[in-house]
Order: sequence, then structure tokens, then C-alpha cells
Amino acid sequence: MAESSGRTLGGPAGWISILIPAGLFLWFAQFIPAVAAGEVLLWRFNWVPSLGVSVGMLLDGLSLTFALLITGIGALVTLYSASYLGGHTHYTRFVCYLLAFMAGMLGLVLSDNLLALFVFWEITTISSYLLIGFNADEEKSRRNALQALLVTGTGGLAFLAGIVLIGTAAGTFELSEIEGSLVDHALYLPIFWLVILGAFTKSAQVPFHFWLPNAMAAPTPVSAYLHSATMVKGGVYLLARMNPTLGGSDIWFWTLVIFGGVTAVFASLLAIRQTDIKQVLAYTTLMALGTLVMFIGVGTEAAILGAMTFLLVHSLYKAALFLMIGVVDHGTGTREATVLRGLWRKMPVTMVAAMLAAASMAGLPPLFGFIGKEFLYKASLEGPALFWVTGCAFAASALMFACAGVVAWRPFTGKLAKTPVEAHEGPVAMLAGPLLLAALGLGLGLAPNYAEPLVGPATTAVLGAPYAVDLYLFKEVNVAFILSLLTFAAGLALYAWHVRLRTALAHFKPRFDPGWDGLMGAVAAGSKGLTRTIQTGQLRRYIFVTFASLAVVVGYAIWRGGLALEIPEMQELRAKHWSVLIFIMAGALLTAFTNSRMTAVAALGVVGVGVALIFIMFGAPDVAITQLLVEVLQVVLVAVAMLKLPQLNTERVNRLRAWDLALSIAIGAMITVVLLAVMQAPLDLRLTEFFEATSAPIAFGRNIVNVILVDFRALDTFGEIAVVVIAALGAFALLRGTKGERS
Amino acid sequence: MTTTSLIVRAATRILVGLLLVFSFYMLLRGHNEPGGGFIGGLVGATGFILYAIAHGCRAAREALRVEPQSIAMVGLGIALLAGVMAYLFGDAPFTGQWLFLWPDPAAGDKGVPLSNILIFDVGVYLVVLGSVLTLVLTLEEEV
Repeated sequence: MAESSGRTLGGPAGWISILIPAGLFLWFAQFIPAVAAGEVLLWRFNWVPSLGVSVGMLLDGLSLTFALLITGIGALVTLYSASYLGGHTHYTRFVCYLLAFMAGMLGLVLSDNLLALFVFWEITTISSYLLIGFNADEEKSRRNALQALLVTGTGGLAFLAGIVLIGTAAGTFELSEIEGSLVDHALYLPIFWLVILGAFTKSAQVPFHFWLPNAMAAPTPVSAYLHSATMVKGGVYLLARMNPTLGGSDIWFWTLVIFGGVTAVFASLLAIRQTDIKQVLAYTTLMALGTLVMFIGVGTEAAILGAMTFLLVHSLYKAALFLMIGVVDHGTGTREATVLRGLWRKMPVTMVAAMLAAASMAGLPPLFGFIGKEFLYKASLEGPALFWVTGCAFAASALMFACAGVVAWRPFTGKLAKTPVEAHEGPVAMLAGPLLLAALGLGLGLAPNYAEPLVGPATTAVLGAPYAVDLYLFKEVNVAFILSLLTFAAGLALYAWHVRLRTALAHFKPRFDPGWDGLMGAVAAGSKGLTRTIQTGQLRRYIFVTFASLAVVVGYAIWRGGLALEIPEMQELRAKHWSVLIFIMAGALLTAFTNSRMTAVAALGVVGVGVALIFIMFGAPDVAITQLLVEVLQVVLVAVAMLKLPQLNTERVNRLRAWDLALSIAIGAMITVVLLAVMQAPLDLRLTEFFEATSAPIAFGRNIVNVILVDFRALDTFGEIAVVVIAALGAFALLRGTKGERS
Repeated sequence: MTTTSLIVRAATRILVGLLLVFSFYMLLRGHNEPGGGFIGGLVGATGFILYAIAHGCRAAREALRVEPQSIAMVGLGIALLAGVMAYLFGDAPFTGQWLFLWPDPAAGDKGVPLSNILIFDVGVYLVVLGSVLTLVLTLEEEV
């Protein structure tokens, strides 16, 4: 995968992909002082004014934190990819996908307009699909990519419906203009569930969690970037952003706290179960997302502060660990926890990065992870639902400690084990990212006040009210600190027993993934069955169903309308009218009862000619001419087509005639009633008068029909002739297509 | 689908020419009398179909010289251009633009009217002619 390409850092595509996020990172960094001072920056221009869609950029603490994470980690990941994938045939394509994703993610966190936010939300979904399925040769990649697309895409549709309802309820789609809370609004419940569905699918909460570990089929940089640091946090971002608007209700609290807690503990247990280190990390990501959702649900000031700190902590150490896994995979040829041992001698730099990041993940002092965990504990001990939240946080943290041991301690310590590839250190470009991120975790742990300019404004933005932040490593021995010590003890015990725990848990097989396959299979089978039922391929059945539906719908409308019909005056009909009517009826009867197709077509032509005669008698020569010509052409066309058909099977046809008769009578009766009803309504002649008065003076023509066609309604006519051309070309393609197949 | 009937073949020789001339006549008179591009196109198509019945589809295609589907596409293009022409005069698309040649106000004669409306109708004529022939000729060759 990472064969040397002979080009430095993937060539121009690589340089561009590194410089764009790096430049954006610096650009966003200049706003830190302003945002830290409590400013909210807003730029806006109208995009689709008629739909109320504007593209606005809202830069407050929350979006700035996310923007810096996206561009900062983005720059490191692209640098890493240039080395990791630089020699890949489709490296340029990969870079395009990654930059498209970055643009979508930035738009998502910066959009002020909810509709624009949704568009960017979908861009991240689609580019994530492309990235997960990057190794499109493998069936597993394609399947997992599609799964991620369908799960997050379905949630996205729910979210869109939620956005529309928010727009209705709040009267605006601009986040910065939504005032107050919607909790007491009549539409609150539907909005809540739709938004939750969007957020939970995107951020892989139980029971939608299964797509995220599967998404690890993507190349490692993608896992590091999308599925730990950025995209999966999109749902968390949404919940945090909506907290001032939708938060604070009982249902918000319990839904988020219960689902977040279950996700955190359940995912940690599944993480211990894995032997592939990348899968372990994938499940610990779920744990982090669950924890974030749970604490946003708790919603107290301390909880939001803890969540925002933990968000930063997690992004730093998890991206570092994922990138580290890529280096190990590249250097040894395996990711199996059972195989990897004693790499410290061969990969010392990787080890430093891994140990620092894992220490942050385990929550050891003096790393930033310790502060994150400490503030979460403090919030859970003060907040509501104390036992549940603290219990979940404790269990997840202890399991996280054990996972950190599995991921970073065990592979590097002990005696060197044999690996598929002779273990060797990775290139500089691949080590820079994990090392820098891990070092940041240590630096912010030692000097947490440097994180305050981001965490503080972010907390303020989520709370919707100003909040002064004070991050510190250690102040006093309190309950939270003791809980931390207990976590370490429990974590150590779990690590010591983790092999046995893994074996025990291996018996437990979650049914989510097979369930998904079953669901997809059912959908495919259902649509196949439906298609087979509806699309029989028999023209007469299509026509029968079409006309029967028409008869039922119009018949129902007539019945509901309660029409009182009058019998029209028949005295005005002269002998010539009667003769034409009899002529038409004879044609129709002959069409219905003849046993020869040719006779039927000719008789149908007779009906058409009779109708043309009626047009002539009532003064519409244009229509009459057209009717005659079309009638002639139709007879020619159908007659030509019928030369191909076999002899009419009289016996079979006669069996079906009863149905046809019933349907014909129904349609005939319906049309008669409709015509009678139309004749009773007063005739509105205003249009006719307008055209009569204006046709000659304005359009210089005396034939009103034609003047309407080519002048007054020329655009309509243009559309119609376009349809004629398309129909002809379609028929041409169909006929010629079958011909080529046969010869 | 060719016919060996001598009568049809002999009649076709005269009828096809008459039908085509008549179709132009229908097209041109359309603005003031019954007729127009749609009817004209149908009459023209009937002429070629008659020719195809008498002498075969290959002969009809040779007489056309151009593929019927090309005729239809060109017609659509002409109609579009006629509509867009109104832009040149600062009007909304498909607005009629008129030019009267050699007017004689003294005699109360407005002159010979020319307009993009006629060009549009020519487009309609070609679309109908081309589309109908595409359908009929392809279908007949199929059989």
C-alpha cells in the first residue's frame, strides 16, 4: 500500500492537500482571541432567497473548536496520507474525496442556516461513503460503505424533516436568530425525535452503532480523521448546537443520558472483545461518543464543560492512536493484539507517541485525558441521575484503561514477537502526526489554561449563556479524585484479566450486523416481489389497471360530489348528428366484437373519423384536420405493428371479455356523467373573448387556434414538441435496440 | 412493406408531390386559416409514408436524404432559436417579432408580414415530420 512512489509526499496533489487545511488552520487560529473574548462572528450572503436559504458562517466557541480540530487534524492526516497512500494508483482520487469531506465538515460546523447545514451534512455522508469504499475491489469495503451510507443517510432524512419543523416552529432557519427554547412548542416532540434520529445515526449511538466499526474497512488515515475526530462528532455537534433550543426537557435528559450511557458501556465491552487493535479503537470511539451524548444530556454547566473538554481530549488522543496503528500495521504487517509484542526496540518513536496518547486515553495524570475524566466525574457527582451517570462513566473509564493497555502497552513491551514483516520504524511524515497530537495531549495536561480559550467559549455556546471556565490538573483530594484512583485500580485489574475477559465475551455475539443484512435482504426481496406483482410485462393488464384505477377514483369523486344531473335537451339534434353518432357507435361495437385484429384497428379508425366529423359540424376545422391525420397515421402504425403478432387466440380472449365489458361500462358511464356535469356548469368564455379580441391586432393572425399555439402559448408548444422528439427517439432506440440484440 | 399494386405506384408518383406541396401550403396559411406547422407536418409525413408503402422504406429514406430523427432534432433547434430571437429585441423569449415588407399605407396595405412566429412554426413542422417518420419507418423496417 505504501510503496515508495519516487515522488515526495504524493506529488502536487499531496502538497495541495496538506497546504489547504494547514492554511485554513492558521486562518481560523487568528479568531481565537476574539472568540475567547466572548465575540460571536457572523458572515452571511443570500444563496436561495426564495427558499430562505442563506450561506452564513457562524463562528462561536463551538464551531471554532470544531473548525480547528477539522483543519488541524486534517493537515496532519493529509501529511500522513501522502506517505501512507502516496504510491497508490488512486491517490489523487483519495485526496479529492478527503478534501471534499473536509469542506463538507467545515460547512457543517460553520453554517448558520439549518438548510445549508443539512446540505453539508449530506456532503460528509456521501464523501464518507466514497472514503470507506475506497478499496472498492473488496466486497467487504463496498458493503460496509453502503451500510454507513444507508444508516447515516436515513438519519439525515429524518434530520431534514426535523429542520423543516424547526423552521416552522421558530420562524427562521438561521441558528443565530432562533430565540429561546422550543421545549414548550406543540411541535417539540416530533422535532426532538427527528433531530435525535439524525444525531444518533451520525454519531453511531446504540442501536445504530454497528456501522462505525464496519467503517474501519477504510484506509487508516480515513479512520483517524472521519471516524474518530470529525464526522462521527457531527451528531454530537448537532446535539450540542441544539442544546439551547431543544435541551432542558425531561425527554431530552432521559433519552440522551440512557442511550449515551448504554452506548458507552456496551461499546467498551465490545472493545475488550476485539483482537484487531483498529477494531478496539473503533469501539472505544463509540464509547467516547456515548459519553459525550450522555453528558450533553445531563446538561448542567459542569457537564457541558466536561463534555467539551473531553471532546478535545478524545480528538487528540484518538487521532494519534489511529495514525499510530497505521504505522504499526505498515511496520509489522499485522494489527493483531495477540501477535504484537515487544516493539519498543524496533519502533521507539512510535512507542512514545502510542504511550502518550494511550495514557491520555486511560486518563492518567498529568495528561489532558486526566483532566477530561476528572471534570466528567465532577459533573456526574453533582448532576441529576447521579448513580446511573457516574456508574456508566466509571465502567466505561475503567474499561477504557484496559483498552489503552491492550492498544499501546502490550504491543510495545515484553519480548519481541515474530511478525509477518520484519518490524521497522515508519517514515517521518507518518510519525509527525501522531507524535504532535500526543505531545499536545501532554502539553495541555501540564498547562490546561491554554485549552481554556477554546473550551470556555464552546461551553458558553452550548449552554447559550456566558460561563467562566477554569481548567486545572489538580487542586484537592475530593470524591472525583478518589473515583479516579478507583478507576485506575479497576482498569489495572481488567487489563490483567483482559485475555480471559476477551475469551468469555467472545461467546456473546451481538446480532446487529446479521440483523442489518436480514433487513436489507427483506427490503430487496420485498421490492422484488412488488415489482413482479406490478410489472407483469402484459400490456393489457397495465391498461386494465390504469383504467380501473381511473374509474374508481373518478367514480368515488362523483359519488362524494353528490351531483344532481339533468337530462340534456335532445330536440336540437338533427338527422346529420344522429347519423354520425350511429356511425361512431357502429365502429365502436365492431372494434369490441370482431375476432380479427385488422378489423378492430380499422373500426377504431372509423370511430376517430366520426369524432372528426363532429368537430367539423361544430366549427373546429383545425382540430378536425388534426384528428383525421392522426387517425390515419395511427391506423397505419398499429396495422404495421400487428403484422408481427400471432393469430388472435379467440378462446382465451373470450374468457377475459367479461372483465373488459364491466370495465368498459364503468368507464363509459363515468365519462357520460362527467360530460353531463361539465355541461351544467356555466361556460366561462373570458379566455375565448380575449383571444378573439386580441389575436388579429396583437398577433397579426386570424386563426385563433394556431395563434395560441405558436404565439400566445409558444413556450408550451415548445415543451410539447420537445416531448414529441424525445418520444420518437425513445421508440427508435427501443426498436433498434431489440433488433441489435436479435441479430 | 412494399406493395406491388401498379395503381398505387402510379398514383403515388403524383400524390406524393401534391401532398408535400399541400403540406407547405398548410404550414404557410396556418396563421389565418385552418392549418399550421403541426397539421402541415402530419400531411408531409403522410406523403413520405405513402411513398414508403409504394416503394419501400429504403427508397423513402433515400428520398428524405436525411435521417428523420435528425430532421426532428433540427426542427426542435429551429423552434428554440426562433424563441430565443426575441432576446435580441429585448423581449421575453417566444415573444413575436414582426417585420412588414413593402408597406403601402396609402392603399391600406400593411405589407408582407415576416416574423419569428413563422420560423417557430417551421420548427414545429420539422419536428412533427421527423418524429412521425422516425416512428413509422423504424417500425416498418422492424416488421
